[in-house]
Amino acid sequence: MPAAAGERGVRTSVAAGGNIDPMHQFTVEPIVGLHAGGYDISFTNSALWMAIALLCFWGFMIGGMKRELVPGRWQMMVEGLTGFVTNMMRTNIGPEGRKFTPYVFSLFTFILICNFLGLFPIGIIRPLGVNAHSFAATSHFSITGVLAILSFSIVLIVGFGRHGFHFFSLFVPHGTPWYIALLVAPIEFVSFFVRPFSLGLRLFVAMTAGHILLDVFGSFIVTGLNAGPGYGLLVSLPSFLLIIGISALEILVAAIQAYVFALLTSLYLNDAINLH
Amino acid sequence: MDLASAKVIGAGLAAIGVGLSALGVGNVFGSFLESALRNPAAADGQQGRLFIGFAAAELLGLIAFVVAIIILFVAK
Repeated sequence: MPAAAGERGVRTSVAAGGNIDPMHQFTVEPIVGLHAGGYDISFTNSALWMAIALLCFWGFMIGGMKRELVPGRWQMMVEGLTGFVTNMMRTNIGPEGRKFTPYVFSLFTFILICNFLGLFPIGIIRPLGVNAHSFAATSHFSITGVLAILSFSIVLIVGFGRHGFHFFSLFVPHGTPWYIALLVAPIEFVSFFVRPFSLGLRLFVAMTAGHILLDVFGSFIVTGLNAGPGYGLLVSLPSFLLIIGISALEILVAAIQAYVFALLTSLYLNDAINLH
Repeated sequence: MDLASAKVIGAGLAAIGVGLSALGVGNVFGSFLESALRNPAAADGQQGRLFIGFAAAELLGLIAFVVAIIILFVAK
């Protein structure tokens, strides 16, 4: 009987003794174990979901890049997305931002798809098992941090490549008196070098917090129903209604965080290209 | 007070920062809406700045959340 198996499966996901273990969903587990030269290069669930995100990205783009004179629905979607990023780059950087549009577009779309895939409730697909859950690759600092360092490196390379050592004038806003500059330069310096950290941290924490929230309320539903019909009505039903709202909010957050990451990358690029 | 209780109390105190950042985020969107209703034609051009303000206000709340998580799960 699938219901009994389901109940047993769900109970194991809520840790023993009624304690909720919201951090369990973030464990990176190897799917195919690989070791080379003393390093663990296993194919993990994180890598799997990033590969799925890449496949979705490819499928979405290839399906829409038809260059038809009268675009169909799919081509409209792809053109809407590329147009959105192109427009953002033009308003924030100007005509020179055109060169960096492919990078920011790939960044934006990859983060967006990773965020959405993390919210995908694959536990309801029976053959995968009730404990199967999708993995938000962007809920790990190792992923978002690398993306942030990538953006920051491009900013540094472009900045020093275009302006040479004049790039350091970024730390002293134009027309600052020298006694103010002594104060402002260290502050600007710190705020510049904290950028990759804050960029990666924002995305990772926003996704982690959302998933913890969903996990906690999901556990409330299960433990409430296990405790009896009274608790089910008192605890599980409000939790269930709340989780619908939170899921909608999380879809919004997934889109906003991808947008904010791309927006801040374009602003930092603007600093590097046009200085202050 | 033993360490376990102190940790839980500390995490709860750190959560105050999350609530305060909610005030900040609400203020960003509230002020935007207030002025956008006065001059709807100029509102679309300021959407980028709206999200920069949102990101800055939200980051501090998220850092407060990180502090709570570090206290609960990382600090020994």
